Amino acid sequence: MIRIGVDVGGTNTDAAVMRGASFVAGAKSPTTPDVTSGAKAAIEKAIAASGLSVAEVDAVMLGTTHFVNALVRRKDLSPTGIIRLCLPSGASLTPFADWPADLVEAIGGRFRLVDGGYEMDGREIAPLDPAQVLVAVDALKAEGCTEIAVSAVFSTVRGDMELEAAELIRAAHPDLQVTVSQEIGRMGLLERENAAIINSALRPLAVEVVAAFKRMKDELGLTCPVYFTRNDGTLIDTQEVERLPVLTFACGPTNSMRGAAFLSGLDNALVVDIGGTTADVGEVRDGFPRLAGTSVTVADVQTNFSMPDVVSLGLGGGSMVNLETGRIGPDSVGLNLLTEGMVFGGGTLTASDIAVAAGRAEMGSHPAPDLPELEALVAEMDRMLSDVVARSRTSAEEMPVLAVGGGSVLMGDVVDGLKVVRPAYHDLANAVGAAIAQVSGEVSKIVQLSDGLTREAAIEEVTREASDAAVARGADAKTLNVLSVADVPLAYLPGNNLAISVTVVGDLNLENA
Amino acid sequence: MMSVVMNVDKAALRRIARGGAVLGSGGGGDPHIGRLMAEQELGEDGRVPVVPLSDLPDDALILPIAMMGAPHVMLERFPSGNEIPALVATMEKLMGRKVSAILCIEAGGLNSVIPFIAAAQMGLPIIDGDAMGRAFPELQMVTFTLAGLKATPMAMYDDKGNGATFDTVSNQWTERLARVLTIEMGGAAMVGLYAVTAGEIRDCLIHGSLSLAYRIGELIETYGGQATETLASSLGGTMLFHGRVRDVERRLEGAFAKGSVKIEGQGDFRGRNVTLGFQNEFLSAEEDGRMLATTPDLITLIDANTGAPVPTDTVKYGLSVKVLGLPCDPIWRSEEALKLVGPRYFGIDVDYRPLDVA
Repeated sequence: MIRIGVDVGGTNTDAAVMRGASFVAGAKSPTTPDVTSGAKAAIEKAIAASGLSVAEVDAVMLGTTHFVNALVRRKDLSPTGIIRLCLPSGASLTPFADWPADLVEAIGGRFRLVDGGYEMDGREIAPLDPAQVLVAVDALKAEGCTEIAVSAVFSTVRGDMELEAAELIRAAHPDLQVTVSQEIGRMGLLERENAAIINSALRPLAVEVVAAFKRMKDELGLTCPVYFTRNDGTLIDTQEVERLPVLTFACGPTNSMRGAAFLSGLDNALVVDIGGTTADVGEVRDGFPRLAGTSVTVADVQTNFSMPDVVSLGLGGGSMVNLETGRIGPDSVGLNLLTEGMVFGGGTLTASDIAVAAGRAEMGSHPAPDLPELEALVAEMDRMLSDVVARSRTSAEEMPVLAVGGGSVLMGDVVDGLKVVRPAYHDLANAVGAAIAQVSGEVSKIVQLSDGLTREAAIEEVTREASDAAVARGADAKTLNVLSVADVPLAYLPGNNLAISVTVVGDLNLENA
Repeated sequence: MMSVVMNVDKAALRRIARGGAVLGSGGGGDPHIGRLMAEQELGEDGRVPVVPLSDLPDDALILPIAMMGAPHVMLERFPSGNEIPALVATMEKLMGRKVSAILCIEAGGLNSVIPFIAAAQMGLPIIDGDAMGRAFPELQMVTFTLAGLKATPMAMYDDKGNGATFDTVSNQWTERLARVLTIEMGGAAMVGLYAVTAGEIRDCLIHGSLSLAYRIGELIETYGGQATETLASSLGGTMLFHGRVRDVERRLEGAFAKGSVKIEGQGDFRGRNVTLGFQNEFLSAEEDGRMLATTPDLITLIDANTGAPVPTDTVKYGLSVKVLGLPCDPIWRSEEALKLVGPRYFGIDVDYRPLDVA
């Protein structure tokens, strides 16, 4: 099976061709403003380097930061209204609280609060009032909203009311797409609601982007299916990206971590990805990134959808060195390292120059600077990396540190007392991570236990449903693996209720694709 | 004419919330969500005047307003906004007179900012002071209890409009009964309690707590990762330790999150180890069986990189931290006060020794 993984980064677009579990060839090409021409060039170069023909490719997996960039740049966002099911509670803190003013302006900042929502134990705060919901939609549409999102208090504990409201809206307005907050976020109403609003605002752009990638595919003569990679290291098809674009926001670091684990053959490790300006550190467990437990700030908005727990440090290959203070970064020459760095004949002292002077790297055409402060600067660089690695650890457990990315030469052989491993093809780890992405199925539901249904049997039943969901999405039934199981008892609800959620992952089955 | 200590706008509120988190001593809930609610109530140009108690005549009625229950519930189910006017109306009826000012009962954690919502909503000033000088987990743990003042009559309202009033025999009983009702109301409710006159609290109010919170927030804003040293020297405290978190142990006992944090020394503290014990708040700092600090003195964990206070429920392995010790208000150091909030109340079998700040 031939797969091509593509990672569209801020600077470069990388492509990696994989045959089964083997790396065949890879290529890099500058990222272009339209995204797809850079991707097209990288794919063409990678296929040419692999010696394969276009017809032999079975699937293309895309990792793109296009959607998160649109949010950061406040561009291509659609006017979105949010309906929160919360009254009589909730009015003391309304939607869009704490958003940057320019982003509120870009999205419209429209909302309505209506009856509904749940208490922490699943009791209703108030019943849903269908008429109120429909009146709210009409009002939001009249105010110019083309997209609608729905949130409800404690919808992560009980989701029925949110789903019922979304159904009502779709039935009355077949033209409207509706995002429900429980599909994206976790506990924390404001953050979950923010994620739902952002998702809705990006939907029309997602439709355009998917169409552009389909055109690129046709131009390349590819006939295979195209998938996008998600924040959790699994795949979604083009239809699902059109529906839930925020699920791709953090695929960059995720793909890099999964690629590093795959290339090194080490499934439990810390991964340090050092680029030109920053070092991103995360942890992989059983080949998947550990997810952040608390809220994450995206484009100055607090959200809480599942994102890898990544700690960033302003230290990269292009970081500028200040000899007076002895500090390195966070300012960086970035892309201009190849002209401004001293080993490249430029006049700016960078972290890369320190690495060359210390004998950690060989690069450039000019000799490394002779610095009396060298020892102290190397020690400072090691201290910064040790500190960020230590912050990324969850225990004292010994585990390898995988160094990937163009700036990974900055790192010594030991960091925070841990051994550093440098996988082959480490500068294409992102694209490899995209290529090996798997397919997941998730089911979360409330089950009422009875004499005939035990907790174990209920979990088994939900696991079966999650497996079916994974297979329906294109997973090979023979490769399924249970990634996570969680069950929470719901007190105060009539009967013995259990909220169960199961995630199952498997390899992409291309025979029926 | 009142002599306003400060007019709190959005920017000032941000500093008070940050300072409130430091005074929370690791507990009391994250002030963030309360700050957002107060900001909504203030609007773009709103301001809440903070006044000294000395500006109020002896007979002026002062009403403390607070959130009671699980701060986590507030992250999902926000108040309706009707609770506070209902509380004030109910308390005015019970007391037979108008409220002149709002008071903060607990300057640490979420309750450091909740009274600003009340003051903004009711158009009342807020007194520069509180009754804990930090965060404590139970309602009777206030200096007012020591002065013989009663928590009741007390009113409680939830987001649905349900209200209740309490008339109890002791502040401990108020805690027991009110706690049960907050759970029925969905885990959190707003309360108005310890309604007092200015004359009654001249000697037992911890004066200046809100301006202190503001000053702490301002110092953190200015000094970031170096704020701990500055806070210690300018507030009469001490930097107890600097190091890296090497173990976090947590367990749930009853309604309390208990546990410990082990820290391995760095810099001047290399080669030493300190263990912090917590029950919602940090209660003790111990080195090789020797207590460096215990409740009621404040023990606060500060992120060594940013200066941000780190609460007990989110402290993680690997974080580089500084431990700030601040002396509690002298009121808390009497024998009677230590029975209420000293180490033995929390099951730590040591005599209280005042924080060594030399």
